[in-house]
Amino acid sequence: MIYFDNSATTKPYKDVLDAFVTVSQAYFANPSSIHSKGGESERLLQQARKTVSQLLHVKPQEIIFTSGGTEGNNTAIKGVAMQYATRGKHLITSAVEHASSFETFHALETLGFDVTYLPVDEEGRISVDELKAAIREDTILVSLISVNNETGTIGPIEEVGKLLQEYKKIYFHVDHVQGIGKVPLSFTKAGVDLCTISGHKVHGLKGTGILYKRESVLLSPLLTGGEQEGSVRAGTENVAGIVSLAKALRMTFEYMDAGVRNMEKITSYMRDELEKLPSVVINTPKTQCAPHILNFSVEDVKPEVLIHALDQKEIYVSTRSACASKQTGASRVLLAMGMKEKRASSAIRLSLSYENTMEEAEIVLRELKKAVTELQEIMR
Amino acid sequence: MDYIYLDHAATSPVHPDVVEAMVPYLTEHFGNPSSIHHFGRKTRQLLDEARLVAAQSIGATPNSIVFTSGGTEADNAALFGTALAKKETGRHIITSQIEHHAVLHACARLESEGFEVTYLPVDETGRISLSELKAALRPDTIIVSIMYGNNEVGTLQDIAAIGELLEAHQAVFHTDAVQAYGVLPIDVNELKVDLLSVSSHKINGPKGVGFLYIREEVALDPLLYGGEQERKRRAGTENVAAIAGFKQAISIMREEGMEKAARYEAYKQKMLSIFTEAGITFLRNGEQEHTLPHVLNVSFPGVKTEILLVNLDLARIAASSGSACTAGSLEPSHVLTAMFGKQNRTKEAVRFSFGLHNTMEEIEQAAQETAKIVKRLQK
Ligand SMILES: Cc1ncc(COP(=O)(O)O)c(C=O)c1O
Ligand SMILES: Cc1ncc(COP(=O)(O)O)c(C=O)c1O
Repeated sequence: MIYFDNSATTKPYKDVLDAFVTVSQAYFANPSSIHSKGGESERLLQQARKTVSQLLHVKPQEIIFTSGGTEGNNTAIKGVAMQYATRGKHLITSAVEHASSFETFHALETLGFDVTYLPVDEEGRISVDELKAAIREDTILVSLISVNNETGTIGPIEEVGKLLQEYKKIYFHVDHVQGIGKVPLSFTKAGVDLCTISGHKVHGLKGTGILYKRESVLLSPLLTGGEQEGSVRAGTENVAGIVSLAKALRMTFEYMDAGVRNMEKITSYMRDELEKLPSVVINTPKTQCAPHILNFSVEDVKPEVLIHALDQKEIYVSTRSACASKQTGASRVLLAMGMKEKRASSAIRLSLSYENTMEEAEIVLRELKKAVTELQEIMR
Repeated sequence: MDYIYLDHAATSPVHPDVVEAMVPYLTEHFGNPSSIHHFGRKTRQLLDEARLVAAQSIGATPNSIVFTSGGTEADNAALFGTALAKKETGRHIITSQIEHHAVLHACARLESEGFEVTYLPVDETGRISLSELKAALRPDTIIVSIMYGNNEVGTLQDIAAIGELLEAHQAVFHTDAVQAYGVLPIDVNELKVDLLSVSSHKINGPKGVGFLYIREEVALDPLLYGGEQERKRRAGTENVAAIAGFKQAISIMREEGMEKAARYEAYKQKMLSIFTEAGITFLRNGEQEHTLPHVLNVSFPGVKTEILLVNLDLARIAASSGSACTAGSLEPSHVLTAMFGKQNRTKEAVRFSFGLHNTMEEIEQAAQETAKIVKRLQK
């Protein structure tokens, strides 16, 4: 079995799982309860918050635990829009955001907000100059993905952050779901006000996530009710999930250096090998790309068919972002990069974790070549 | 002495079988249900099964179940979703003064966005009046949100009668059944409700998961935008393992049936009779007959809630003042205030709530210990 679909989701680390099971059983009380059982849960929660804040070099009160990346993006984007609507109703994002940002912006348009979707170049990157030109008097938010989930393209986050230092009234949100543990991002250096992270992409559990919110930023909450998470995110805290997320993040940061080097070696080798195939074009840029994603198109071969062929060999890859995987047709992201319909609808994404090996890559390449040749025979 | 946990309405221990049911979905079946390969199919299958189990537990169709991150999200999604979807047909909302904050705060937000909200009062037992509800209904009423069983005092509302009343009205009927689910049989068609909120961690399932029942012909605007999960009604990678645990908790609940209601009722009677025998003064808060079997709310005149809770905790008994989310605040509960105004009993109330692993011996012990403490403090 070879799992090359780590951008869709990852397998939880054993220690993460153990932490989850232990806390679920031994510390089930509600952290809001004032009895000592509640106090025990509350302490675990505080410890997890502290761990995460130290790993991210921010303050504990700047960490909001969420149910995942989608909630993080929705909360940040809608939260700023609603909170600061009286200041202005113009929002800036890009054409290559994850659906959880993209669709939120669409929804905000129906609520009377004006959204600029910045175009990207053929590598999937926005231009900072174009961003600067798009800024208006009434702009309140810039929201960008740091590492694209389909192509692995790294966006110019630090440059944008620097630019935005001059605009005190504009908040900067970064969707760092694919970047965390792969592409370093310093919130202070990049002037990030809000940052979304998801647990299940870093060997944590699904249904867990983090939203970093600079202390001075106010958000109109998406979930209202109790006073949990500084009243920014109501709902009984998923204590076991949160503790296991802190653990997953700590382990990720511990293994990161070696893991990233390993992934870089594998993706660059696979890129070289795939480039040799006449029917393959690589969609992931060569520079300024994340170490774990390699996206390519095989023309004349339907990606679903190729995925099923590999599936038979117990090799698991994907077409694009998992939540859009049911949609057939061209990828919105690849089209935005200026690709033709045909190339944009025949993409395959390989995505690695720290644990994948060169041997696995060899097998995947071999089976890929075989499957492509066979399928092209049939198509002919 | 072991800790006696009588705060199951705040949250409940995870059933051992529930954790066991989750583990495979954290280890070998870790895939993303949206993935089209083997790992995705495996988890997709679990989602389908869980949706069926959840649907059957309330007499609904699988398509009408949307998994959420919990009760708060279900309540928020119901209110915001309906308000946005129906704002062209009206901007009036009816709820009650004793709802959970997940409903009340959502209503407050909607007020600030130009909706008008009627908060129905309750009588001293915590019940709303049907005729007052009827009188409050207007042609532009778009939502009626009335909770099934109150989390602080246990009082049940006549949901079936409200459902009947609203049948001919355009308003969508939502009920927060977070506390009622698991201790009372629920059938959405008999009750004629359109939306119903449930939370897993109140029925010995994991935290961070719940569901919102949405009658098939009712359209809501989503709270979370993004991928196409949950038929576009709730974006976000599905919390598969938690849903597997929730499914198991629902199955256990259904196997056990409702006989636990009688057991909890016996616990209540036991506690009350011990209080009586001990000669302490106490006032029972809430309805006696139409009540959640697992919730007992009592005021002990002359004994402040916080002081009693601290003493109970020292005696290794976990009880609470009411809702866990307001436990930290010194304000008297909004539920008790709605029932009793400024009477002292609102500041002297304690909630005992029963559940998994509780035994009659524990209950007796806890009641005796409580009586002893109260006796000392009432002097
Ligand atoms: C870039 C990006 N943002 C957001 C998300 C959404 O995260 P989640 O699946 O935790 O809701 C994903 C993954 O699906 C992603 O890849
Ligand atoms: C009646 C009621 N509604 C809603 C909730 C919120 O549910 P959750 O804690 O799953 O967000 C609770 C519990 O806190 C409750 O008792």
